Amino acid sequence: MSSDAKKVLTGPIVDNNPIALQVLGICSALAVTSSMANALVMTLAVIFVTAFSNLFISIIRNQIPSSVRIIVQMAIIASLVIVVDQVLKAFSYQLSKELAVFVGLIITNCIVMGRAEAYAMKTPPLMSFMDGIGNGLGYGIVLVIVAFFRELFGVGKLLGTEVLNASPESWGYKHSGLMVVPTGAFVIIALIVWVHHNYTKQFED
Amino acid sequence: MSSNKETFGKTVGFVLAVCVVCALLVSFSAVQLKPLQQANKLLDQQTKILEAAGLLEKAGKDVVKTYNEFVVAKMIDLDSGNFVEGDVLNFDERRNARDKAMSSKPKDDMAGINRRSNTAVVYLVKNEAGSIDTVVLPIVGSGLWNLMFGYIGLEADLNTVKNVIYSDHSETPGLGAEVLNPKWKALWPGKKIYNGAGEVKAMLVKGGAKADDIHGVDALSGATLTSNGVTRTLQFWFGEEGYAPFITKFRAEGVK
Repeated sequence: MSSDAKKVLTGPIVDNNPIALQVLGICSALAVTSSMANALVMTLAVIFVTAFSNLFISIIRNQIPSSVRIIVQMAIIASLVIVVDQVLKAFSYQLSKELAVFVGLIITNCIVMGRAEAYAMKTPPLMSFMDGIGNGLGYGIVLVIVAFFRELFGVGKLLGTEVLNASPESWGYKHSGLMVVPTGAFVIIALIVWVHHNYTKQFED
Repeated sequence: MSSNKETFGKTVGFVLAVCVVCALLVSFSAVQLKPLQQANKLLDQQTKILEAAGLLEKAGKDVVKTYNEFVVAKMIDLDSGNFVEGDVLNFDERRNARDKAMSSKPKDDMAGINRRSNTAVVYLVKNEAGSIDTVVLPIVGSGLWNLMFGYIGLEADLNTVKNVIYSDHSETPGLGAEVLNPKWKALWPGKKIYNGAGEVKAMLVKGGAKADDIHGVDALSGATLTSNGVTRTLQFWFGEEGYAPFITKFRAEGVK
């Protein structure tokens, strides 16, 4: 891979992370991170949608009339999301039931539209595709970290297997109710943003 | 000046082209994947029914084979409790409930289902000897956020619970969704639905059921509304507007 493509792919994972820096995609990060399995499947779905929507939009970027630009982007993104939903229903009925509404809501995920507008409309297809994957990965990392803490401290499990047993009689530990609800996700994301900014030394003045 | 692409004609043409391509993509994947989706949905249903009947471990990987060998689906008329003819494979209780001709409004909608289908499909499960030793009844009722769908497996006396298996719900993970927790599911085997007088006594007990309580099961911690929903679902479906007529008939006459 050329170094340009590599930069585009890896940039959004840490430095230009969509959630931590661009502050995009927070909504679903609050909703689907109650378990790691859900977070992982969502991540794959978002990577797929962002990469291919970037690709297709980039291919027709010079042909789209600017009066219908946003609508056309939305139509493409929506179609891809429907395809992902159908595939999920076909291959894992259980997961599709758990993720239900949230897969459909990828359409509203700002990351997808955000990258389409800000990058795919101005950049050739291959780089756009890489950018889509990179942003999906950056989103995914934050999701998995949040889900890790929420699942572990909220219900004492990791990927479904019981890890932390809450027996109040034995040592007074109780599962954190805060972690089960989206507020807990919000708090963790805030902490991640704080750590991220300190680590990459990017501060807003 | 690239105003060429901005003409009205070009814009409309472009939009139509995008629509056609998107529509093709979406319909192609939907049509191609439909058989797989339906097979998956059916497999999920069969798995849940076997689990409710206590046969899932025995089935292992051969869910379909075990299901076909031991489970017989039969349609019943809820009001009379009689067996009726009908398409058991494509039966959808909620679809019937939306059809005014095939459903009715319960006098006491304690489970919050609005309308109830007039027919239901029950699953009679045979044992190795060929006689029916388990009956699985589908149940549906309001939880906190939305309807909860499940299957309750009963012993041949149609009073002792084998399993309560929820197949579909929208409850909060860690709270209401704990209906799926194996530890909670393990509380059910052996519980009795009815008391000596034929009243529905099964319920979820807030704060935990006593050790000798044959009708009560621990409610879900932090999920009062879900727990109440489960209790009311059981009370409805085992009451006169649910399976009670069928249960009375079945105990008296068996399979017809």
